[in-house]
Amino acid sequence: MSLSKIKFDKKIVLSFWIILIALIVAAPTLLPVFRLNLLGRYLSLSIVALGVDLIWGYTGLLSLGQGIFFALGGYCAAMYLQITSSSEFPNNIPEFFALYGVEKLPFFWEPFRSPVFTFFAIWIIPALVAGLIGFLVFRNRIKGVYFSILTQASLLVFFNFFNGQQKLINGTNGLKTDVTQLFGQMVGSESMQRLFFWITTVLVIAAWFFAKWVVKGRFGNILIGIRDDEPRVRFTGYNPVIFKTIIFSIAGGLAGISGALYTVQSGIVSPQFMTVPFSIEMVIWVAVGGRGTLLGAILGAVFINYAKSLVSEALPASWMFIQGGLFILVVTALPEGVLGWIQGDGPRNLLQRFGLKRKIETYPSLEVNNKDGNNE
Amino acid sequence: MNKKDLLNLIDITVSFEGFLALNKLNLNLKKGELRAVIGPNGAGKTTFLDVITGKVKPTKGEVIFKGKSLVGRKEHKIARLGVGRKFQSPRIFENLTVKENLEISVTTPKSPLNLIKKSIKDEQINEIERLLKIVNLSQKVNSKAGSLSHGQKQWLEIAMLVGQKPDLMLVDEPVAGLTDEETDLTADLLKSLAGENTVVVIDHDMEFIRRLDSNVSVLNQGTVLCEGTMETIQKDQKVIDVYLGRPED
Repeated sequence: MSLSKIKFDKKIVLSFWIILIALIVAAPTLLPVFRLNLLGRYLSLSIVALGVDLIWGYTGLLSLGQGIFFALGGYCAAMYLQITSSSEFPNNIPEFFALYGVEKLPFFWEPFRSPVFTFFAIWIIPALVAGLIGFLVFRNRIKGVYFSILTQASLLVFFNFFNGQQKLINGTNGLKTDVTQLFGQMVGSESMQRLFFWITTVLVIAAWFFAKWVVKGRFGNILIGIRDDEPRVRFTGYNPVIFKTIIFSIAGGLAGISGALYTVQSGIVSPQFMTVPFSIEMVIWVAVGGRGTLLGAILGAVFINYAKSLVSEALPASWMFIQGGLFILVVTALPEGVLGWIQGDGPRNLLQRFGLKRKIETYPSLEVNNKDGNNE
Repeated sequence: MNKKDLLNLIDITVSFEGFLALNKLNLNLKKGELRAVIGPNGAGKTTFLDVITGKVKPTKGEVIFKGKSLVGRKEHKIARLGVGRKFQSPRIFENLTVKENLEISVTTPKSPLNLIKKSIKDEQINEIERLLKIVNLSQKVNSKAGSLSHGQKQWLEIAMLVGQKPDLMLVDEPVAGLTDEETDLTADLLKSLAGENTVVVIDHDMEFIRRLDSNVSVLNQGTVLCEGTMETIQKDQKVIDVYLGRPED
């Protein structure tokens, strides 16, 4: 029985991969560009979800402020695009400045003339901001719900700041990217959007493998140790502050990349990326997909968002109820999330409940995971 | 204070909003010593460990370990200096396997960079295998620590403590909830560790303490009431009064 189960699992995993790769390759030709663009956006959201899984699923830090880092990445990308496409506007600065009578480019825009700087800024700036916030919070041993509240408060601070600074970053209107130029083409054009879809797909897979590498081995075990029993980690000689700061910083960097990809595919970055509900949604994607599974975070982000757009088209205004219902379902019935349930004993228990599978009479380790294969 | 001493606690006072958990406690430990600490509930046994390991900062007094003051140092720094602690109820990482638990304890240096860059050293793998044999967990190496029995958890935590290679081992109630046979084995294990290591054992179980055959410090109301061998302790009238109870007429 044990052998057949392992083979069965391998088959599932293999066919999952084949279907996934086939879908990704087929998507650009099968889907109309509108749908493809939506899928690309949702895939980019899965990168921020991976970060949430690293800090929440593995390390136990429930951040409700990932929107900060997501928006920062988006702003970095948008500032570069705006500034390189502003040659025909007065003073050679982005058009919106003229509305507020700004004639000189604010100093912090200057470095964003460089594509190389922007390339690094997109993930390093959010990572540094996350590292700084994280270090200050973790050093003072602020944990649990207090950490969540603090991250949400930081989110509101950033939101209000960005929302109010018309003269610096166009305030509440945000920065548009779809009419800007990149590589001599309009960012909002069909060919560019197809390109962004590919870049996003590659980066999602890269981010996934990176996250897997981070949680593999002893580093990841320390993260789990911090989640389950932080004082014990401390008394073993590890400094949890550094580990938490590093992982929070990594999650911030991933959020930045995610935000930049989302921005170029949705055509605008605005303080709306830093609203409270959006950051909570990120947590819901991970909770529904499966905490501590990484793949669950990706699937959760893509499927929930795709469902959101389909449901919203068919039954406007009903989505919030469905999302709330999903969250309640996960909290009450599937605390491990959908993927966690599948990977655990969920399906077998369900089959047993309907009498489709023999009940385990002794211990699962004896009957199901029997290495000798003597049983049955 | 003696130069051979590994640890000196000098006039330690810990006050929790006026309540004196420890009151001018003095205690000296020689290198290689096995010391049992007993005392009635609320005598300050666990606070005494908290002070040494940095969890609680003493209101007054000094903790000298290997000639250095420990007061005000962070827990992980004290652990790296060579103070290891086993908690009262087994504190192991239940979602990790037995092997992963031991890896966490034997790894040095304990920096994030080392953990992510280098794979575990061969001598550390050998050390893990040695520890597994000592505590009889070789069969369970890849099982989740959470699936172990209570006794096995206690032993895994002792193995983790030993794997840390501390100069001073603080062991809080290692035999709570163990069977008689397991208790005897644990006593033998702790005795074998002393000599090379300095071990402090805190417990209620008199049979177990007797079996350790070591010097005993009796704590009462936050201070050391009496020190000596088990026989001396048992004859001491003060100890009989507060801890062992008056013989019933």
